[in-house]
Amino acid sequence: MNAILFSAIMGVVMMFASFLVRSSKLVRNLAILGMLFVLIMNVLEMTGMFTVSFPVNDMIHADRFSLFFNTIAFTCTFLFFLLSARDMEKVGLNYAEYFSLIFFILSGIALVSSFQSLLILFLGIEIISIPLYILTGSDKKNLKSNEASLKYLLLGAFSTGLMLMGITLLYGASGTFDIYQLIKSADKPSALAQTGLMLLLFSMSFKVSAAPFHFWTPDVYDGAPTVFTSFMATIVKAAAFIGFMRLFSGAFESIHQHWRLMAAIIAALTLFIGNITAVFQQSVKRMLAYSSIAQAGFMMLAIFSLNATATEGLLLYTAAYSLATIGVFAVLVKMKDYTFDGFNGLARQHPFLAGVVTVFLLSLAGIPLTAGFLSKFYLLKATLEAGGYLWLVIFAVIMAVISVYYYFRVIQAMYFKEGEGAVLEAGPVFHWVLGILAFLVLAIGVFPNLLLYWFYF
Amino acid sequence: MIAFLLILVPLIAGTLAFFLRNGQGARGLAMLSSLGTLGVALAAVLTKDTGSLAFSAEWLPMLGAKFSLQADGISRLLTLLTAAAYPLILASTWTHEYKNPNRFFGLLLLTQAGLMGVFLATDALLFYFFWELALVPVYFLCSTWGGERRIPVTFKFFIYTFAGSLLMLVGIIYVYSKTPDSSFAQTSFYEAVLNGGTQSWLFWLFFGAFAIKMPVFPFHTWQPDTYEQAPTAVTMVLSGLMVKMGLFAVIRWLLPLLPIGVNNWAVSASFLSVIGIIYASLIAMRQDDLKRLIAYSSIAHIGLMSLALFAGNETGIQGVVIQMFNHGINIIGLWIVVEWIEQQFGTRRMSELGGIAQQAPALAILFVIVALANIALPLTNGFVGEFLMFNGVFTSTAYDGNYTVLGRWHINASHLSLVFTVMAGIGIILSAVYTLRAIQKVLYGNVGERTGMVKDIRWNEKIALVVIVVVILVLGVYPQPMIEEAKQAVFDLLKETDISSMIKK
Repeated sequence: MNAILFSAIMGVVMMFASFLVRSSKLVRNLAILGMLFVLIMNVLEMTGMFTVSFPVNDMIHADRFSLFFNTIAFTCTFLFFLLSARDMEKVGLNYAEYFSLIFFILSGIALVSSFQSLLILFLGIEIISIPLYILTGSDKKNLKSNEASLKYLLLGAFSTGLMLMGITLLYGASGTFDIYQLIKSADKPSALAQTGLMLLLFSMSFKVSAAPFHFWTPDVYDGAPTVFTSFMATIVKAAAFIGFMRLFSGAFESIHQHWRLMAAIIAALTLFIGNITAVFQQSVKRMLAYSSIAQAGFMMLAIFSLNATATEGLLLYTAAYSLATIGVFAVLVKMKDYTFDGFNGLARQHPFLAGVVTVFLLSLAGIPLTAGFLSKFYLLKATLEAGGYLWLVIFAVIMAVISVYYYFRVIQAMYFKEGEGAVLEAGPVFHWVLGILAFLVLAIGVFPNLLLYWFYF
Repeated sequence: MIAFLLILVPLIAGTLAFFLRNGQGARGLAMLSSLGTLGVALAAVLTKDTGSLAFSAEWLPMLGAKFSLQADGISRLLTLLTAAAYPLILASTWTHEYKNPNRFFGLLLLTQAGLMGVFLATDALLFYFFWELALVPVYFLCSTWGGERRIPVTFKFFIYTFAGSLLMLVGIIYVYSKTPDSSFAQTSFYEAVLNGGTQSWLFWLFFGAFAIKMPVFPFHTWQPDTYEQAPTAVTMVLSGLMVKMGLFAVIRWLLPLLPIGVNNWAVSASFLSVIGIIYASLIAMRQDDLKRLIAYSSIAHIGLMSLALFAGNETGIQGVVIQMFNHGINIIGLWIVVEWIEQQFGTRRMSELGGIAQQAPALAILFVIVALANIALPLTNGFVGEFLMFNGVFTSTAYDGNYTVLGRWHINASHLSLVFTVMAGIGIILSAVYTLRAIQKVLYGNVGERTGMVKDIRWNEKIALVVIVVVILVLGVYPQPMIEEAKQAVFDLLKETDISSMIKK
């Protein structure tokens, strides 16, 4: 429970920093150090060396799965801070508050990854969502940003309503909020519980932007300041998936066959809509928004199959996807032009940047030797093990081939087209961190044990 | 250890090449590394110590995947081909100027590492890794240094092969889930229990990937454009070596793994191969562009090889193994000539060429020999393999049986092997027609507008072509060692697997 506590404390610290500290450099360093501190605290808990515990009445259960995910999420956030903290300054005046909000989101993520009661899940989801509504609209003078924020808030509130309704129905059916006691009889849940399950499935699908509940995603990702889009599309989305997984593997696994087809349909639809629409985008930012929907479709396969391989696969997928996407967005923020043409000729002027972006894109497309391949491999394996849904596997594979089309458009632009790949200046730290990200993507791709070792450990 | 060195040498040299500032240095490094690899490959062929031909290390223990390599007879022939082709390719393109030569040669060597890995891997996941490793550098090679339409053409090539590969991956995972000890090892794969119905659809997942790579009709549409647009050194790698990946994979992974599936679909696959032979030959006859002519003729030759593979008997497979080597050598020779012609005259159109033989006699002699080997004239290396393949197809019993077409027509197919042999034979005749016509138009006849004054081939091209011609003639006159090698390899394959049940039927 270190993660929940210390990230919340860091959130408060940053709030105070907003009016006590004038220098933006100091704010930034404080946030980065604080992030490192939270990460270390979580790792300490994972290795069992130092844990702060407080009475929670079995509503939170920090097991290996959640601690491991927290480590992934916090590491990604740490790298995200190192890469993009400077760019947050350009968004607006409330520099320290942005960090504060992100720390509160991390606290919510820690809740979502370790909840055992539906109430905590709800709390965690809301703690994540509300700061996100604010961050989306943080570029106050930009009309698009305001519109995105409002849209996100309205639709988010709607999905919150669905979730509450679902929780209520499940409580009515079983008399408990504890996920391990919700469904007691294995054969047939009551109609009340079934409706509740459906509502929860829909609301969680909304949070992870799975089709047909994805409509907010492109507009919000496009409208939000790009630095925050990077955070939303990776760490937050991964956390929502972890919560999704936890809820369904804990509460509804015994009635897997009742909602399995539904999950398969949602996965297939998400893959289809995400990939096909991404093909037609003209801006890289919007392409990444739709591709994140497509990636969510792949992660839905984990929810669908719900076995041991799926659990490992989802953890690997969140790590691989987050690392690569953060990297791509970090470079995207530096670009003057967000269209594909904006990337033209980048390889000639900035061979290093082009090289690392290529590694990230290859990983997102799932080419071997990168982390993206192994994570996709795991989820395909999990789906095949689930049995009986070969069409879903083949469909996912065909969609992965389509995804190559739009990821490679960026590579083509960078390497094979003439142009001014205009990039704003970036410091040496930026390059180093990008290099480390690319190295991690390749290292996990060749030796996934490095990461999974901790899980089996 | 020898097996591991075959991958390691080009991998290290390729990575080093990226960091070299000096372009000429990168070229030298590439040459040095490929000569070194050739040495290792020769050592692999000659060694009696079978222990050094295998290599195994832990890789992904939780998945049951190992980094295990083994050089058996077929692998040794193909690694030798890969190792021998690279010095030839580098020598014949020695005078070419590439922009960013360090990246060009680096990628070229990485491709070689991937190819070696494909031919050596005895672990299905490792095989898949190398299969893709060979593909990705080629994508960058073609898109950066290719012709005018390189970007869309290469992209099509990439999408095609990637789609095939991913479907194969699904197949690999499925078979993996059925192995007795949950591992990707080749031996466990062979032991996997798969019933007939399963094998039937698994066949297409695997065959699709391999057929795209070969390419077999109707999966071939990427090939002529890609050969045309790729820089010549890469075209040589693609046509000489990469197509062998598909053929080799059928021998190594498809036939032993899915005998019932192969049995069910052998006739369909053979039909596709035969259609490919005739169709590609007819198109080749209509070509005016030399590069496209050779591209289509390659489809026809590969079609014959895949036909012989599905004949499913020892003779046929032996023929394919020999022909894989020979085709690789011969087609590289053809590309060297085409490249020289394009460099000299700025055109590949046969209608604008003519009468070169008078000014460039050395080229003319060498070109004619390579071209005759390409149409499998006796005393050239092409003849031996082709003879064995025809023999295999003609005596095949894999096609016998009663077939129902579209649920209406019943065919008693005891004469199907005759039909296939005749069709393939027509392909060979057509091949002679277009090849001889090409020689006629390019070398002899009236001197064309552009072919007035021309110097003969330079020393580097001459060395490469002479080496190729020597190989052609030596193997054509005295093919016994190679037949022995292939025989042993095929014998091992049949012994090791259940493939004999498929042949007996």
